[in-house]
Amino acid sequence: MRADTVVTGMGVVAPTGLGHAEHWAGTLRGASAIGPVTRFDAGRYPSRLAGEVASFVPEDHLPSRLLPQTDHMTRMALVASDWALADAGVDPGRLPEYGVGVVTAASAGGFEFGHRELQNLWRHGPQHVSAYQSFAWFYAVNTGQISIRHGLRGPAGALVTDQAGGLDALGQARRQLRRGQPMVLAGAVDGSPCPWGWVAHVSTGRMSEEPDPARAYRPFDTEAGGYVPGEGGALLVLESEEAARARGAARRYGRLAGYAATFDPPPGSGRPPNLLRAARAALDDADLRPGEVDVVFADAAGTPEEDAIEAEALRTLFGPRGVPVTAPKTMTGRLSAGGPALDVATALLALREGVIPPTVNIARPLPEHTLDLVTAPRRTPLATALILARGHGGFNSALVVTGPRRPGRATTPQRQESKPS
Amino acid sequence: MNQLTTDRLMEIIRDCAGEGDPIEAAGGRPEDLDFAALGYDSLALLETLGRLEREFGVAIQEDEFARATTPAQLTTLVNRLLAAVS
Repeated sequence: MRADTVVTGMGVVAPTGLGHAEHWAGTLRGASAIGPVTRFDAGRYPSRLAGEVASFVPEDHLPSRLLPQTDHMTRMALVASDWALADAGVDPGRLPEYGVGVVTAASAGGFEFGHRELQNLWRHGPQHVSAYQSFAWFYAVNTGQISIRHGLRGPAGALVTDQAGGLDALGQARRQLRRGQPMVLAGAVDGSPCPWGWVAHVSTGRMSEEPDPARAYRPFDTEAGGYVPGEGGALLVLESEEAARARGAARRYGRLAGYAATFDPPPGSGRPPNLLRAARAALDDADLRPGEVDVVFADAAGTPEEDAIEAEALRTLFGPRGVPVTAPKTMTGRLSAGGPALDVATALLALREGVIPPTVNIARPLPEHTLDLVTAPRRTPLATALILARGHGGFNSALVVTGPRRPGRATTPQRQESKPS
Repeated sequence: MNQLTTDRLMEIIRDCAGEGDPIEAAGGRPEDLDFAALGYDSLALLETLGRLEREFGVAIQEDEFARATTPAQLTTLVNRLLAAVS
C-alpha cells in the first residue's frame, strides 16, 4: 500500500488574484483578467491580449537583493513559494536541511530577462550583459531560487513539457515523496510577456488574433479561434500523509490520488492522440472509475482541432455529457506551465467549497462536443476532480485530486454505492 | 579627473545587487567590512565589476579584483587604475 500524498499548503499568484482567497473569489465571480498587453508594446503583433497579474508589485514582497537577479516570473514564483509554505504552517528554518525538495516546471525560463540581456549583448557588447544572465533565464531558475531563498536542499528538479509541466512537476514531487522524502514544494509559475516570448507563442499558429477580450479565448465554442497567453500559476506543499501527521499539519486541501503522462504519436502516423490514455491511466493510478469523477478541469486548448480531441476523449471516458467540465482558465488565459498547476489549486478549492467554478465567455458551445460545460458556478458535492493538460509538441498529462471529504477509498466505501457510474 | 568614492561604489553595488545585510552597530565603518559581511556574494561583485569597467573605462584584472575584499580596497584599486590611464 503506497502512502498518500496530501496537499497541505498552496501559494497562488494569478491574473485572477494574489493569494488563493482572492483568486478563488475572482474565479467564482467569473471576473476575466484577460486584457490588452501592458508589459511591452504589442501593437505590431497579430495578437495583443494577455492575462497579466496586474496587481503584482515585486518590491512589495521581495528584498531588493533579489530584484536585479530575477525575471518577472521568478519573482512571482518566489512569492508563491513564500505563501505556500506559510499556508502550510511551515517554517523551513526549523525543518531538517534536506527535508524539503523543490520541483517546478517551466516553458521558457526567464525569457524577459534573457531578451533584455541578449539585446545588451548585440547592441552594446559582452561587457554590458548582466552577470545574473548566467542563471536568470534558465528553465531551472525558479527551482534554484526557491531552494536558496528558503534553504530547501532536498531533491530538486525542473520539468519542461510546456503546459503539461504544471502537472508533471506534481507527479515528480509525488515520486520523491514515495521514495521517502517527507515534503516537496512543487508546481509552476510561468509566463514570458516580452517580445521574444510573444514571438514564440505566435509561431505556434494557435494564438487568438481576436481583439475583443470577451471573445478572444473561447474553448469548445463554435467560434473557438485560438488561445490567449497569460502569466502566473501556483505552488503546492505536498507531503506524505505520514509526515503531515507527524508534524501536526493543520489542514489537508486534498490528496493527489492519481497521475499519468503520455506522449502523442508523430503527426501523420494515423494513430490517435494520447490525451485519453493519460486520463485513463491517471484514473487507474488513483484506483477510481470514470463514474467516480465529479468534475473535469479541461486543458481547453481553444483551437477547434484540439478542442475536438479533448471533447472526444471526455465522451469516450464519461459518455456524452457524462461529467461536468470546466475551464476557469478562460479568465486567465493559458499560463504555460503555470496554468495546470493553478487548475490543481482551483480544483482543490472547488472540492473544499463544493462549487464548480465557471468557464466564461462561451456563448455557443459546439453541440458535437456533447460536453456538460459549466458556464455559471454550480454548487454540488464534490469529492474527486480530474485535471487535464497538454503541452505543445505532444505532451499529455492528467492528474486526479480527491478532497478532504474523501480521505481514501478504503475508508469511504459508501460513496461507491451512492453514485451510479 | 574622474574618481571613485566609497559612497559612489556602495551606490553602484546597491544598484547592481540590491540592499546589503544590515550592519551591526559595533562593526566599524562599512567600507572596511568584507563584501561577504555586507551580504554581497561573488555574483553581486561580478555584476559590480562589469558596471565599474563600463562606467569608469578601466579594465580590472580578475586576480586584483579578487584581492579587493572591502569597498575601501576596491575603491583604491579602481582609483589606482584610473590614475594609471590618465
